[in-house]
Amino acid sequence: MNAVTTFLLVAIVKIVITVVVLLTIVAYTVWLERKVVGRMQNRWGPSRVGPFGLLQPLADGIKFILKEDLTPPYVNKPIYILAPVLALVMALTTIALIPIGPVVSTLGISTPIQITGVVDGNGNPTDISIGLLIILGITSLGVYGIALAGWSSNSKYSLLGSLRASAQMVSYEIALGLSLVGVLILAGTFSLREIVDQQQGAWLGFIPKWNIFKGQFIAFFIYLMAAFAETNRVPFDLPEAETELVAGYHTEYSAMKFAMFFMAEYANMVSVACLASVLFLGGWSGPVFGPPILQALLPVFWFLLRVLFFLFLYIWIRGTLPRFRYDQLMAFGWKFLFPLALANIVITGLVVALQS
Amino acid sequence: MLHTVLFLVFGAICVGGAINLLAQKHPISSALSLIVVMGSLACLYLLLGAEFAAIIQVIIYAGAIMVLFVFTIMLLNAGEEERTKGSRIATIFGVPGLLIGGLVGAWVILRGSEDQTSLSVGQFYGSAEGVGRLLFRDFLLPFEVTSILILIAIMGAVVLARPRGEE
Repeated sequence: MNAVTTFLLVAIVKIVITVVVLLTIVAYTVWLERKVVGRMQNRWGPSRVGPFGLLQPLADGIKFILKEDLTPPYVNKPIYILAPVLALVMALTTIALIPIGPVVSTLGISTPIQITGVVDGNGNPTDISIGLLIILGITSLGVYGIALAGWSSNSKYSLLGSLRASAQMVSYEIALGLSLVGVLILAGTFSLREIVDQQQGAWLGFIPKWNIFKGQFIAFFIYLMAAFAETNRVPFDLPEAETELVAGYHTEYSAMKFAMFFMAEYANMVSVACLASVLFLGGWSGPVFGPPILQALLPVFWFLLRVLFFLFLYIWIRGTLPRFRYDQLMAFGWKFLFPLALANIVITGLVVALQS
Repeated sequence: MLHTVLFLVFGAICVGGAINLLAQKHPISSALSLIVVMGSLACLYLLLGAEFAAIIQVIIYAGAIMVLFVFTIMLLNAGEEERTKGSRIATIFGVPGLLIGGLVGAWVILRGSEDQTSLSVGQFYGSAEGVGRLLFRDFLLPFEVTSILILIAIMGAVVLARPRGEE
């Protein structure tokens, strides 16, 4: 079969594997959150459904599917149905651009562990040269799901919640994008695989050459805080706070559509965690040894370890911090993170220009 | 061949979105159709190979400017437009007539231009680096003047949106 057919088949296999793994990770992030927050609050989390409550996500999924899907009569139907679809599609698409590992070869086909990655003529992996910009574009489009959800619900609390959430997401997108410019100045390319390749290896044998050690320490924290605000997580989760706004923009949603918003939020968390590990923590770098099958799987394991660390950090902060008031939230994004990100760009640019 | 097929697909989505924008009664639906038009335009840029222009079209136009439009429509609570009874003769003769007139005009213009060789996908490649070089070397003065223009617009917005409490 010719190259195009091979490429299509390999891409379909990669997509199926990635979507299944991503949805499982999303479901078990919910379980992890309930367990960890429960333990931090000195109680068990889910512990009845299966050992350690491990079948809880399955039970929740069955509940969501079988629940009555109520569509209130006063909503704007087409947009009411479109909004959770938009949110979920944007949340699940980002994973296509993230490089998870180096090239694997089986059955005479070699392909990098990345949905949008191909192997060129010499066997070198390449990917889309504007990968990071596409992720930022998808993040910008994710605002629509929330804005349209609140508006189409035709209810005061929903509209207020959705406008607050959209304004918060748009404001923190600026800090998010600017914090990544420092990494781009160091890397010189938008391609995510090349950014990871530049972080392999170590100085003095043990300090890894990650971007966070190459001077992007402040940018890492700006990125982390902006990402918390982008995914509407504590301490920035006023738009979905139960006590302030009923349930914000997803008040009028029930059953499967609510589950789609829920999945979209956790899928966004996973995407942000993957992006942070790729851009700041060196992607899949880590000791690789053993037989070829182990050598193919170990980088994926190191990558997943980093993603798990970020998910745990998200959950840990959720159990610890109170939430910001809305004006404090906006002031923090515009008056603190934005100038700090600009200063980081200026300093990074200065250092890079003086070095060359 | 591939270029023609893809161009027809994305061009049809673009024109369909634009016609839908005119035909929809509610402004939010029109705004969403405009987002579809922006997205398909970005795909057309990508087809030409201008990848940076394509993704910037999505980030800036579809992701920021259209969000502003959607916010404004939501906050102004613009309702569905009223349809007054237009003239039926005008609709029956007008829409096809305009279409035919436009096609004839396009044919006359294109007939006189140079030989249309077939394009291939990605023929006019424009990387981010290339755009950056143009912006910061060859077209530096227009770039700086545009940024001053945006600064003036921001100052105007701040002055207009200031709370009236002081007087």
